[in-house]
Amino acid sequence: MAVILGGIVALFAYAGGWLTPHELTPARLTDTFEQLSGVHPGFRRNHAKGVCVSGYFESNGKGAELSRASVFQAGRVPVVGRFSLGGGQPDMADGPQAVRGLGLMFELPGGEQWRTAMVNLPVFPVRTPQAFRDFLLATAKDPATGKPNPAKMQAFLTQYPGTAKALQILGSHPPSSGFDDSSFNSLNAFRFVNSSGAEAYARWTFVPLPATHTVNTINPGSTNNDYLFDALITSVHLHPLQWRLVLTVAQAGDATDDASIPWPADRRQIDAGTLTLDHIESDDTGLARDLNFDPLVLPDGIATSDDPLLSARSAVYSQSFTRRESEPRTPSPISPAEVGRQP
Amino acid sequence: MTTTNPPTQFSPLSRLLHWIMAALLLAMLFIGISMVASLGDYHRLVAIHRPLGILILLFAAVRLVNRIFTTLPPFPPTVPPPERLIATASEWLLYTLMFALPLVGWAMLSAARLPVTMFGSFHLPPILPPDPALYAMLRKTHTVLAFLLFFTFLAHLSAVLFHTLVIRDRLLNRMAFWPVK
Repeated sequence: MAVILGGIVALFAYAGGWLTPHELTPARLTDTFEQLSGVHPGFRRNHAKGVCVSGYFESNGKGAELSRASVFQAGRVPVVGRFSLGGGQPDMADGPQAVRGLGLMFELPGGEQWRTAMVNLPVFPVRTPQAFRDFLLATAKDPATGKPNPAKMQAFLTQYPGTAKALQILGSHPPSSGFDDSSFNSLNAFRFVNSSGAEAYARWTFVPLPATHTVNTINPGSTNNDYLFDALITSVHLHPLQWRLVLTVAQAGDATDDASIPWPADRRQIDAGTLTLDHIESDDTGLARDLNFDPLVLPDGIATSDDPLLSARSAVYSQSFTRRESEPRTPSPISPAEVGRQP
Repeated sequence: MTTTNPPTQFSPLSRLLHWIMAALLLAMLFIGISMVASLGDYHRLVAIHRPLGILILLFAAVRLVNRIFTTLPPFPPTVPPPERLIATASEWLLYTLMFALPLVGWAMLSAARLPVTMFGSFHLPPILPPDPALYAMLRKTHTVLAFLLFFTFLAHLSAVLFHTLVIRDRLLNRMAFWPVK
């Protein structure tokens, strides 16, 4: 009797990860962000600094060839989103090297949703969640010097040679001047299914349309901590910002489980429509602060791939979401007054 | 001299529902606990967890109706009155949790503005308006209730095993899948 009961309890404890304290879990990966950036109550554990935006997506119907998802039927759907900078510090200084993020939620007919969280990098530096945690630790600032420890990075690159290649690609793609002229990439591949059941793997990119007005406030050397966000705010107040949704279709042999490897440049691309963002709000008042841009909230017609990062992202975003929603809110450094300032 | 024997077993339908529910709940508890600790299989487990929870909710409703309209076999004399009280209370606690856990899960996704996806494009409507603080509260409640269910299940199993293996009063026969005289 004790064997039966003990066995069930032990199995349960094993399934819950309590018997394997060194195995990486969603909670332990989220803890890593907290160790490196501290806990900032009410903020995301990563991409803590950001602003909320909204607008709409106008599909031209061409994406339907690849996916039966209603978002690719010709027509317009409302979109809520959030621009952000990578890192766990909500008051970090804007800089050209900070990773820029764009999270979007498409509200589709009948209550379906499509959520995506993208960045301006052309490839992701690592392939797996374990490598990502090791990468975070290897690139963290050494408290003694205030800079990353080169020896740690060297050891990391020896263990993960794929990252060295990805970093070369990243080095040859310098970031654009601001949020409004950045491309945002899905990085991970997804499985697209069309109305006749045909499947294809694809990645997507939101490619900026040239702005009708130029905002000359971009100044990386400025003492303004928020210069990227201030330029974005000015830009949205002057005119709606627009991006084309470009779907890139994989061919047999292209890596669908490795976001650190780019696909050849000649892959077929489908321009599926235009995203327009015409409204901007502070995290304090906007909807997107309380949205989890879980990349696996997908409409029928888009499905996950075998990319190990996707499941891990879904799990860790949920952890981060639950933690921040359980905490008291702290005002965002990008205040409603700052966002409301007219050019 | 003839006596009309009261039934010694639960009705066949009750027994069938009991064992289906037992399998569903045990699977669900293990999927739930594995899911929150898993990076690689998280998405697969969540995709099963949601529709399985709704299936349990439906089964719980069928069981409740069946429970109300069927006659129970009497407790054997080896179950003393205080223990009968505990057994009945834990039975109702299990029924409550079978309803509460799926409903809290559904409500929590609604409060988080997340779609309650079943399969394909089929999803359930929200049962609460979006409310982040409520989500956080319900998410914790879901975990607490799941542990309560696990411990109630352990207590239930312990009691049956104790009677069957230690007292040897064949208590398990009342719910046995096969007919017992």
